[in-house]
Amino acid sequence: MSENNNNDPIIVCQDVHKWYGQFHALRGIDMEVRKGEVIVIFGPSGSGKSTFIRTINRLEEHQSGQIVVDSIELTHDVRNIEAIRKETGMVFQQFNLFPHLTVLQNITLAPLQVHKWKKEKAEEIAMQLLERVGIPEQAEKFPGQLSGGQQQRVAIARALAMQLKIMLFDEPTSALDPEMIKEVLDVMTELAESGMTMLVVTHEMGFARSVADRMFFFDEGQIVESGSPEDIYNNPQEDRTKLFLSQILQH
Amino acid sequence: MTTTTAKSKVLPPPTERYSLLGWLHKNLFSTWYNALLTLFAAWLTYAMLKPTLTWIFGEARWDVISANLKLFMIGRYPIEQEWRVWAALFLLTWVIGLSWGSWVKKFELSGLVLLLIPVFMALLPFSMDDRLKILGLSVFSLIGYVIAKSQPATFSKVSIFAWLLYFPVGLLIIRGLTGDEGFFPVVDTQLWGGLMLTVLLSVLGIMFSFPIGVSLALGRQSKLPIISWISIGFIETIRGVPLITILFMMDLMLPLFLPSEIRIESIIRALVGITFFSAAYMAENVRGGLQSIPRGQHEASHALGLSGFQTMAFIIMPQALRAVIPILVSQFIGLLKDTTLVMILSLFDILGIGKAVLGNPDYIGTSREVYLFIAAVFWILSYGMSYASQRLETALGLGER
Ligand SMILES: Nc1ncnc2c1ncn2[C@@H]1O[C@H](COP(=O)(O)OP(=O)(O)O)[C@@H](O)[C@H]1O
Ligand SMILES: [Mg+2]
Repeated sequence: MSENNNNDPIIVCQDVHKWYGQFHALRGIDMEVRKGEVIVIFGPSGSGKSTFIRTINRLEEHQSGQIVVDSIELTHDVRNIEAIRKETGMVFQQFNLFPHLTVLQNITLAPLQVHKWKKEKAEEIAMQLLERVGIPEQAEKFPGQLSGGQQQRVAIARALAMQLKIMLFDEPTSALDPEMIKEVLDVMTELAESGMTMLVVTHEMGFARSVADRMFFFDEGQIVESGSPEDIYNNPQEDRTKLFLSQILQH
Repeated sequence: MTTTTAKSKVLPPPTERYSLLGWLHKNLFSTWYNALLTLFAAWLTYAMLKPTLTWIFGEARWDVISANLKLFMIGRYPIEQEWRVWAALFLLTWVIGLSWGSWVKKFELSGLVLLLIPVFMALLPFSMDDRLKILGLSVFSLIGYVIAKSQPATFSKVSIFAWLLYFPVGLLIIRGLTGDEGFFPVVDTQLWGGLMLTVLLSVLGIMFSFPIGVSLALGRQSKLPIISWISIGFIETIRGVPLITILFMMDLMLPLFLPSEIRIESIIRALVGITFFSAAYMAENVRGGLQSIPRGQHEASHALGLSGFQTMAFIIMPQALRAVIPILVSQFIGLLKDTTLVMILSLFDILGIGKAVLGNPDYIGTSREVYLFIAAVFWILSYGMSYASQRLETALGLGER
């Protein structure tokens, strides 16, 4: 999809700070994301990656700085929060499917309740999405009956059903067995190619290299370094980045 | 890399062969002390069962039950109005049949068993008239079942309305509405009694305490201090007091607050006391369920754009309630037995009727029979509830998580 204003930033973060009690978890994050960009965020555990992408849909509240998503500023105003949540979807490390609902119900619940779609329309779109993530035959099963990889693909379909503009992924493959990682990454790659704006926290360096437009290295609540995958891999500037890359690329 | 045979054989699981002797050996006589224990247990069972059975089938004077059966079932409810209780029962079995036919997809053995209970009961030594009516219960539920089966989709909705309507209508039938005269005279609630009263108080207590308990559980977690304080105050006060005290308060204190012309019927006072008591416990149990739901469920729901209310209604509450079904059922079984305390409001539930019957000089020395009968009735009701909850749990796939 080529839109005429493809260079407009869809997410703008300026000097975002976040404290957990006394602990300073985000220390001035600046980031601009353009429409259709795929951003990969990586860095050591506890560096604030999850905290950061969770501030974008207000699962965590930032205490100073500015976050603007699709021209809506994230404030205490509940209407703004709701509006932003309608534009962003999130995929979690632990899938967080609703265990008491079938796969189909997991996907149709939010469209039915939030967008007030008709049941037929919601189910039709849900089936199309299940087709897209490759598991239409699982529609009537419960999440507990699926493998981890299948559950994560349902979670992606569930988010996509809201017809959103931005997808946030928080380590979507970290809880998966090795043989299932690929099936999820394939879906994400296809999504990136379709032009979705994506922020992905991941340590899957193969995926990052082939799909990401830009990469951000987080450490201790700050962005230490950012750049294209080539720059980051071949020519990292900071010692911390080099050290971290050497650690994760050993595997 | 090693390769095994191209096609490794798929084997069926090993079958265990059962023979009576094998079973006996494995379970009862596997070691010498196990054998000794088995023999001892067999002797003990025999020693206890023999006199009990001789008494039950020989010496016991069961006429105290059969002669007072009407009292045990409906208390002092006027005999010429008894048909109204039957009418309410017929309606009930019809609604049960209706929901069975529309909700339960495949044929189930338990449905047949339920249907056959009245048939077996009709074999008991009741009057011919009563036997016919009991059989009628089966017929009515069968009619409901067949009607619903013809169009399950429509009747699944109809049956929900039928349940909602059943309680007011059933109560109205039993209570009456045309003053003291006529076809449908009002029967003073003071006359309601026996098993009917026990069941009414428990079922209505459960029904009313359910929404109140859920609201209190949510209220306790509310961000508005006023609401959470009121909820905590209510829950902790009620839980700090025995039910019998609450019922006394209802009896003695309530009239002090109300103008003297207003006299609230004892049954209402009992029901309010029982409901409050049950609601407070319900609230704490539901709160436990709410806390057992992982944070990720809230987060996933909010991330999808569902509001706080929608998250509670569609995601959190259904899971929380499922998780606490076993606890709630124990609580409701407790409630059923606690209804016997309404005696202090001079209401005659089935236990109260038992005591009254024993006060009759004709039945001196029959307390064993009376109490055994009452115990059996309570056991059947409690076991029924516990069985139903197990079925509900499997139906909802509780064990699958
Ligand atoms: N709810 C919370 N309360 C207190 N501290 C938290 C909370 N969530 C995260 N933290 C802390 O904030 C820091 C950043 O966490 P997180 O964003 O989860 O890191 P990452 O995702 O990069 O591993 C960590 O030190 C973590 O202990
Ligand atoms: Mg994290």
